Amino acid sequence: MAREPVLTFTPSGIYCPAGDFHIDPWRRVSRALITHGHADHARPGHGRYLATEAAMPVIRHRLGDIAIDTIRYGETRQIGGATVSFHPAGHVPGSAQIRVEVGGEVWVVSGDYKTEADGLSEPFEPVRCHAFITECTFGLPVFRWTPQEEVAAAINRWWAANAAEGRASILGAYSLGKAQRVLAALDPSIGPILTHGAVEATNRVMRDQGIALPDTLHVGPDFDAKAHPGPLVVAPPSALGSAWARRFRGASTGFASGWMRLRGVRRRRAADRGFVLSDHADWDGLLGAIRATEAERIFVTHGYTDIFARYLNEAGWDAQVVTTEYSGESLDEPASDGPADDVTEGAT
Amino acid sequence: MKRFAALFQRLDETTKTSLKTAAMADYFRDAPDDDRLWTVALFSGRRPRRAVNATQLREWAAERAGIDQWLFEESYPIVGDLAETITLILPPPSAQSDLSLSHWINVLRGLHHVPLEERKARILEAWEQLETAERFLFNKLITGGFRIGVSQKLMTRALSMATGRDEAEMQHRLMGDWQPDTTSWHALIEAEDASADLSRPYPFYLAYQLDEGPDALGAPEDWRADWKWDGIRGQLILREGQHFLWSRGEELMTDRFPELARSLDFLPSGTVLDGEVLAFTEGAPLPFNALQKRIGRKTVPKKLLKEAPIILYAYDLLELEGADQRAEPYDTRRARLDELLKDLPPEAPVRLSPQLSFSDWSDLGRIREGARDAQAEGVMLKRGDSPYLAGRKKGDWWKWKLDPLTIDAVLIYAQQGHGRRANLFTDFTFAVRDGNGLTPFTKAYSGLTDEEFRQITDWVRKNTLERYGPVRQVRPEHVFEIAFEGIFESPRHKSGVALRFPRMSRWRRDKPVNEANTLDDLKEMLAAYG
Ligand SMILES: [Zn+2]
Ligand SMILES: [Zn+2]
Repeated sequence: MAREPVLTFTPSGIYCPAGDFHIDPWRRVSRALITHGHADHARPGHGRYLATEAAMPVIRHRLGDIAIDTIRYGETRQIGGATVSFHPAGHVPGSAQIRVEVGGEVWVVSGDYKTEADGLSEPFEPVRCHAFITECTFGLPVFRWTPQEEVAAAINRWWAANAAEGRASILGAYSLGKAQRVLAALDPSIGPILTHGAVEATNRVMRDQGIALPDTLHVGPDFDAKAHPGPLVVAPPSALGSAWARRFRGASTGFASGWMRLRGVRRRRAADRGFVLSDHADWDGLLGAIRATEAERIFVTHGYTDIFARYLNEAGWDAQVVTTEYSGESLDEPASDGPADDVTEGAT
Repeated sequence: MKRFAALFQRLDETTKTSLKTAAMADYFRDAPDDDRLWTVALFSGRRPRRAVNATQLREWAAERAGIDQWLFEESYPIVGDLAETITLILPPPSAQSDLSLSHWINVLRGLHHVPLEERKARILEAWEQLETAERFLFNKLITGGFRIGVSQKLMTRALSMATGRDEAEMQHRLMGDWQPDTTSWHALIEAEDASADLSRPYPFYLAYQLDEGPDALGAPEDWRADWKWDGIRGQLILREGQHFLWSRGEELMTDRFPELARSLDFLPSGTVLDGEVLAFTEGAPLPFNALQKRIGRKTVPKKLLKEAPIILYAYDLLELEGADQRAEPYDTRRARLDELLKDLPPEAPVRLSPQLSFSDWSDLGRIREGARDAQAEGVMLKRGDSPYLAGRKKGDWWKWKLDPLTIDAVLIYAQQGHGRRANLFTDFTFAVRDGNGLTPFTKAYSGLTDEEFRQITDWVRKNTLERYGPVRQVRPEHVFEIAFEGIFESPRHKSGVALRFPRMSRWRRDKPVNEANTLDDLKEMLAAYG
């Protein structure tokens, strides 16, 4: 008799029949295990949630009053016939890969991940498994990241040069994860660090849970930009070019994203500078992570799935594409991301 | 190459034209002569002769990167640029080099004389010692197309800043058929005699689009009108018994339109005309479709010369008896042009584009409504006392085009864009209703806002019915208004028609699919406007 797979792919999302739960579902379900707080993975309306202790505050901040249980990294928990545990994904603080074991067979859902340690998120840990469900947002060999300290140095140089000319520098960075990673990499001796409301709201949550970030000033409605010359302003990408950003007259603008590796995307955004900084794994990172799992079966979700799956198949894996509703590294933060009052302020 | 790469980076890093111009002026002030001459050449669309073909380049890059060719080919459309794809896919360089731009150009030019294996070795060696930005530029030298957000106008301004010479003079110096091998920095930019080149054209004067109608232009008596032709803008130069035809894009088109060789039988040397190249038979222009067959052909088969013979419909006079006419008022130039062309026999390949007489703006509005019947796109308005300026300058010349034709169509296929739009679905195929089915009839890529492209991208991801390689068939749910400039018969298309300049003019969220237009509607339009 054929055994039921450990995980199946349903219209609501990734489902575990033995434990009767979903992982990062996009439709309302009774029990959801959540890899991390990004809007395409943690959605409102589920009956019960389970996430890591470190991811919980942000998820609660974003989704409000939900029934949420927490789990420590590496801790195992029995749910029905399945044993589950959460392992660092290195994507954003608190992010996890979810390991599900049923009758000795192990499947791992990667969520979003990156393999380079960023100094803020718990570093990625490969988990051995039989089947690995991996994202491949940047699953093309043209995506190769430069080390974070080089990118950080470039951002600081750009800021310092602008500050020397009396200009503000506005950097577009996704408000959960990327923004804090950038903040942690800044050199505060260059000048004041200012934040958009959507970024500051996440900062507050993370500071409360003990994550160290440099001092920042929130740019609210009555903020006097002239009183803080030569600042670096961290804002969600959608706030660049908005009325909110116009108070920094003559500012130089930049984006921090993996997409900035492509000159065409950089130019479409019409920003002055693009910094190649992603919270997803690059080509070598994806392949390294897949190899480290020692899995034979690979399911690929969001990204260049067709191409990446074909590559894996030719390289000897048993790979297939799974259609999901995850959106990868968006250059534009969805409107549902962050508290409504902050986002409307920055919406374009 | 480092100095050139630094210039490129300064240009690429800013969207502000003042900073771009300053970066170029700095470079033109102190780069070595050979490098700055080549830079002017590259930025004006010239490049060293291609030494390696694109296929070889792709194979070598994939091989060096240690990936299969198909993976390279899949990556290329997503990056959108061959030179960039190669740059990104290669492993980081293992060495450094301080050699100049001209050095690397000479390396490329030296490849013509060596066997293929040696060419490959030299290209791989270059890749190995150039860092990302330099490598990208080196590849661009081979593949061509230096589009880096620097217009000729901007470069001209930078040269003017760097040399202290007048911008219009600089613009004229850069026109024409020069190559880095046939000139020098000094001869091109600094020497006193700038008109030495027989084929050198004048910069074209370009009209602005009139969106609101002509009422704001003032008194109708001050203005002259003629048709806005749907052809190829051209400048015909007759000097010292030779003739040259330049396109607005500064392309020498003399050989493509051999009919114009006979102009010298009818007109004197020392004449330069501005006008429109049109396919023309029996006293009237043919639709653009006829001319289209001749575009892109370097030599023209006899049959086509017969089917779609061309003429130059002249509407301005830039040089007469060897003297520059551009400072004269339009009325004077036009009177001299009329005089020059008035007695030409019908077999002459040059004709006078007629002026339209009108009493007031509403009268001209009525004339404009008849533009399609005259095979024109609208009318041109030119101020009677205006000189012939260089480039696109607001004020004296306006084009008042007809409104485009439109049709409401259903989105059925979507494909990811490339380059600027690699992460969005931007290439769409549209269908009209045909009985109970849908018949595809056009593709369109532009016209939506970035925000709309993002929304439709999200929707496509969730509503894909089928995938064919990069193409996704989507649920036929959304109706878009497609605007276009012309429609003609095309047996190659399933619908039997092809459109000119189709684009998405509006997302008709208010319209259900069963209210989209039908194939019969399309055929009616073909009968009316084709
Ligand atoms: Zn994420
Ligand atoms: Zn994701």
